[in-house]
Amino acid sequence: MAGHPQTETLALREQFNTEAQQKDAATLGMWIFLITEIMFFGGLFLAYTVYRRWYADTFAVASSSLNVYLGAANTVVLLCSSLTMVLAVRAAQLGKRRALVMFLILTLVLGGVFLGVKAYEWNQKFVEHHIPGPNFHFEGAAQQGPAQLFFSLYFAMTGLHALHMVIGAGLLLMLIVQAGRGRYTAAYMTPVDVVGLYWHFVDIIWIFLFPLLYLIDRHLGR
Amino acid sequence: MTEHIDSAKTYVWVFAALIGLTVLTTAVSFVDLGNFSVVAALAIAVAKMLLVALFFMHVRRSTQLTRLVLVGALVWLGILLAMTLTDFATRGTGGMAGGVAESAGGLLH
Repeated sequence: MAGHPQTETLALREQFNTEAQQKDAATLGMWIFLITEIMFFGGLFLAYTVYRRWYADTFAVASSSLNVYLGAANTVVLLCSSLTMVLAVRAAQLGKRRALVMFLILTLVLGGVFLGVKAYEWNQKFVEHHIPGPNFHFEGAAQQGPAQLFFSLYFAMTGLHALHMVIGAGLLLMLIVQAGRGRYTAAYMTPVDVVGLYWHFVDIIWIFLFPLLYLIDRHLGR
Repeated sequence: MTEHIDSAKTYVWVFAALIGLTVLTTAVSFVDLGNFSVVAALAIAVAKMLLVALFFMHVRRSTQLTRLVLVGALVWLGILLAMTLTDFATRGTGGMAGGVAESAGGLLH
């Protein structure tokens, strides 16, 4: 066993031989968590695929009723937040505390904008009676059942995604407080790194949700 | 630490490519490509996923073990999707009973 003559630090805990080993372990652990999330969202993507095959026409009409410009704008907002997040990680790697706090705050603000736009879109669905349930009415489709199914999947998928964004916002708040106190240095910034992975993962989920929910049948529904 | 730190310029270029692909996928959705529109949308989404994963999530600099675990995850996701579709995508073919949408007794009619 390699002994540690120096005292234990955040960057090198007792159970690891080197700082690089500790960092690799943290990264791998986070990826394994994200993989459980891939399987979890994978079930919803699978359900979407199966029902879209069965009720292709109704899904096309229902999908075309979503506001594609809001969806695209929100995609851009989320991609901006991924850029600020990766720049925050970079600032942490360089040990630039001020830049780190600034980029984390920017990421949080952009995440808030995304959720705001999403809330507006959901509210529109309430106004239009496109919420699955007793008051559901979708004017464009002969069959209300499959249309409800589309909107059930829409709310389940975007809702679960938004829940992940809210959790991400909580994590960012924690990072901002800790970074402000100077807890993270160039030698130890693992929490910034793994929250970055989480944030980008949530971005990737949206990268697939946007075309599947808003775009695929756009040319049919006009 | 012998960690490599990417330049901010690299990230900005990746970001620009991601925005470009978002505009492209939105524009393409208004063009009638028939069944190919699904392929186009998913191909662009996969390209965007690779950009985010390789650059923003630093997979291109990650350890072999992390990459192996990731590829393993994608294989399992592939099994989930492909094995399920061997049932649902082939109903009503080869003399089997029809799919739910075609038959009178569909689940949600």
